[in-house]
Amino acid sequence: MSILIALAGNQNCGKTTLFNQLTGSSQHVGNFPGVTVEHKEGRIKGEKDMSVVDLPGIYSLSPYTPEEIVSRDFIIKQNPDAILNIVDATNLQRNLYLTLQLIELGHPMVIALNMMDEVRASGITIDIKKLSEELGVPVVPISAAKNQGVEELVEELRRVIKAHQLPKRTDFCEGEVHKALHAAKHLIEDHAAAAGYPARFAASKLIEGDAPLEEALELDESDKDILQHIIDQMEEGAGTDREAALADMRYQFIEQLYDDCVSQKSGTREMQRSVKIDRILTHKIWAIPIFIGIMGFIFYLTFGPIGGFLSGAFEEGIAFVTNAADTALTGAGVSLWMHSFVIDGVFTGVGTVLSFLPVILILFFFLSILEDSGYMARVAFVMDSSLRKIGLSGRSFVPMLIGFGCSVPAIMSARTLASERDRKLTILITPFMSCGAKVPIYALFTAAFFSQNQALVMISLYLLGIAVAILTGLLFKKTLFKGNPVPFVLELPAYRLPSPKSVLLHMWEKAKDFLVRAFTIIFLASIVIWFLQSFDFQFNFVTDNSQSILAGIGQAIAPVFAPLGFGNWQASTALITGLTAKETVISTLSVLTGGEQMLTTLFTPLSAYSFLSFVLLYMPCIAAVATTKRELGGKNAVLTIIYQTLAAWVVAFIIFQVGSLFLGG
Amino acid sequence: MQTLDQLKPGESGVIRSVGGQGALRRRLLEMGLTPGTRVMVQKTAPSGDPIEIHIRGYQLTLRKEDAAEIELLTGGTAQECARNRRRRGGCTA
Repeated sequence: MSILIALAGNQNCGKTTLFNQLTGSSQHVGNFPGVTVEHKEGRIKGEKDMSVVDLPGIYSLSPYTPEEIVSRDFIIKQNPDAILNIVDATNLQRNLYLTLQLIELGHPMVIALNMMDEVRASGITIDIKKLSEELGVPVVPISAAKNQGVEELVEELRRVIKAHQLPKRTDFCEGEVHKALHAAKHLIEDHAAAAGYPARFAASKLIEGDAPLEEALELDESDKDILQHIIDQMEEGAGTDREAALADMRYQFIEQLYDDCVSQKSGTREMQRSVKIDRILTHKIWAIPIFIGIMGFIFYLTFGPIGGFLSGAFEEGIAFVTNAADTALTGAGVSLWMHSFVIDGVFTGVGTVLSFLPVILILFFFLSILEDSGYMARVAFVMDSSLRKIGLSGRSFVPMLIGFGCSVPAIMSARTLASERDRKLTILITPFMSCGAKVPIYALFTAAFFSQNQALVMISLYLLGIAVAILTGLLFKKTLFKGNPVPFVLELPAYRLPSPKSVLLHMWEKAKDFLVRAFTIIFLASIVIWFLQSFDFQFNFVTDNSQSILAGIGQAIAPVFAPLGFGNWQASTALITGLTAKETVISTLSVLTGGEQMLTTLFTPLSAYSFLSFVLLYMPCIAAVATTKRELGGKNAVLTIIYQTLAAWVVAFIIFQVGSLFLGG
Repeated sequence: MQTLDQLKPGESGVIRSVGGQGALRRRLLEMGLTPGTRVMVQKTAPSGDPIEIHIRGYQLTLRKEDAAEIELLTGGTAQECARNRRRRGGCTA
C-alpha cells in the first residue's frame, strides 16, 4: 500500500526546498487538471512506498484563486494519507493562518516548523511542545535549507499515518463565531457528508462566505434561510461582518498562541538585514538603475560570452555530426531526397530545438537566483506602477523584459506569476517584445532601404512592439480579462542565499521541460517545412525552391499581403519559413530572390517597413508556440497566435495605407 | 477618518476596519490586516506607489488605492484598542 502525502504551505516558506530535500531528483512536473497550476510529485528518498505532492504556495483555502481551489480539492478528493504543513518559524503568525484551515480538513497532519536555524541564531526560542499541544498537531522543527530535522519529520509522518492520528482539536474560538460554527456544522452535516466535504471545514467556509462550496453542498431553501439567520446573528453579536469575523477569530487565536510560545517578538537577524539591503535595492532613486544593471548583466552573460560559448559549442557539435552523417550518406549513395531529409530536415530540426537550450539554461540559472533570493518580489514592488495601467502587475515585468532576448524562456518564466489571468495576458503580449532572432532581419532591410537612418528605424520597430503590447493590454483589460484581477498584495520575503541545489534543480527542470514538451512539435514542424520546401505538387524532389509546394502556398496566400504592400510570393514564402526560426526569413528571401541585393526589386522603402512591422508582430516561431501550448493549453495557444497574426496584419495595413497617402504609394 | 495610504514612511497606526470587497478584501484579511492590528508603513516604491508595510513581523506590499480601503485608529483610541483587543475582539470604536 503506497502512502501519499500532500505538502502544503505559504509562498516563500521554503516549501520547494523541503520538497527537493525530501524527493531529491525523483520528481516530475505536471499540471493539475484543467488549470495551468503546476503539479509536482516525487518519491521520498529512502522510502519505497512514500510519495509527496507539492501543492501550490497558498495563504488560505478561499475560493478566489485556482491555486487555492486546486489545493483544497486535492486534499478533499484525492484524500492523501497525511497533510504535511510547512510553516515558516520566522513568520509564524501569517503562516499559521493556513494551518488553522488545514486542520479543519480533518486529515492526519504534521507541521514542519522551518527556518529554525535562523530563529535559533537570532536568539529567539519557540516552545515547540506548547505549540504542538495548543494546535493538537505534532510539530517537528526543521531547517530545509540545511537539511536538518528532515529525517525526524519523515519518521513522524510515518508514525502519524500508521496511527491515523487526526488533529486533536478543531475549535479555536469562543463567543459568537463559535456558536455560529457549531450551529452551521450541525445544520449541514448530512449535506457535507454527501458532497464529500469535512463538516467542520464546510461549516466555517459557509459562514465565511464561499459560493462554490455552497453550491456543491446543494442546500435546500429552508437550510439556506437558517444558515443566513445564523450568520446574521453572528454578525450582530460580533459587531462585524462574516469575513472579518472569521479572519479575526483565527488571528486572535494565533496571537495568543504566539505570545505563549515565542520568547522574543523582534524580528530575526535575516529580517533586520533585509530592511538594510532594501535601503539600497528599493531605494527611491537607485532601485530602477540597479534593476536595469542586474538585468543588463544577465542579458550580457546569456547572449554574450557564456551564451555565445555554449551556443558555439552546440553548433559545432551539431555541425560535426551533420558532416559525419553527410559523408556517410554520400558514401552509402542514398537518393538525393533521402540525403536532404536527413541533413536539411532531421538535423536542422534537432539543431533548432537544441539552439534554444543554452539560453534557457543560463537565463533560468540567473532567474532562479533572483527568485529564490527574494529579489523578484522587489522587482514587482519597484516596477508595479509602470504595468498597472495595462492591467498587469509588477511581476509581469521580468518575463516581458526577457522577451527582448528570446520569447521561449520569457513565456516559460511567466509561470511564476500569481494569477492565471496575469499569466495569459503576459504570455499573449510577450512575443511583441522584439526578440533577438529578428535583429538580423531588421539589419538586412534597414541596410538596404534606410541606410541613412538605420538606428532610428530599428528603434522605431522596438517601440512599435511595445506600443502594440500596451494597446493589447488596454484592449483585453476592458474585454476578455475584465473583472477582478488577483489583488496585488504581495509579500516581500526576507533576503536569503539561494541554495545551489534548488537553483540547479530548477534550471535542469526548465531545460528538461522544454526538451520533452517542445521537441515533438518543433521537430515535426521543421520536417513539414522541409517537406514543403523540397517537393513540388507532383511530389517530385526539387532542388529549385521556387518550384516547391511551399512556393505554391506562398503564391496562394500572397494576395492576403497585397494591401500591406508586399503581395509577392517570395515575401509570403519567407514568412512561412520564418516560423521555424525568425532569422530564416532572410535566407529564404535571398534564395528566392537570387541574392540579398535583389530585395529592392521586391520592396519599396514603405513596403519594406510594413514587412518589418509584420515580421515583428506576427505569430512567434514554432518553439515559442510550443511553449505557449505547454503553458496555456492548445486552444489558448491557437487563439494567441491568431490574435498576434491579426494584430500584425492590421498594424502593417495601417502603416502601408497611411504611409501611401503621404508618400503617394 | 485616516486611511493606511495617508501614512508616511515610518508612521504607524492600528487598523480599525478593512473595506473593499471580494478577493481583495479577503486577501487583505488573510494576510493579517485584521481590525486591531498595528501596521507601519516602511517605504514607498520609487514612483510613490505601491507602499511597503510592516505587519505581524513581516513585510507586505500593496497599492495605495487598496490601502485607502483600510481605515486606521490613531492616538489614544489606537492604544486602548490594541490593549483591549484580546478581551473584546475587533475594534469597533
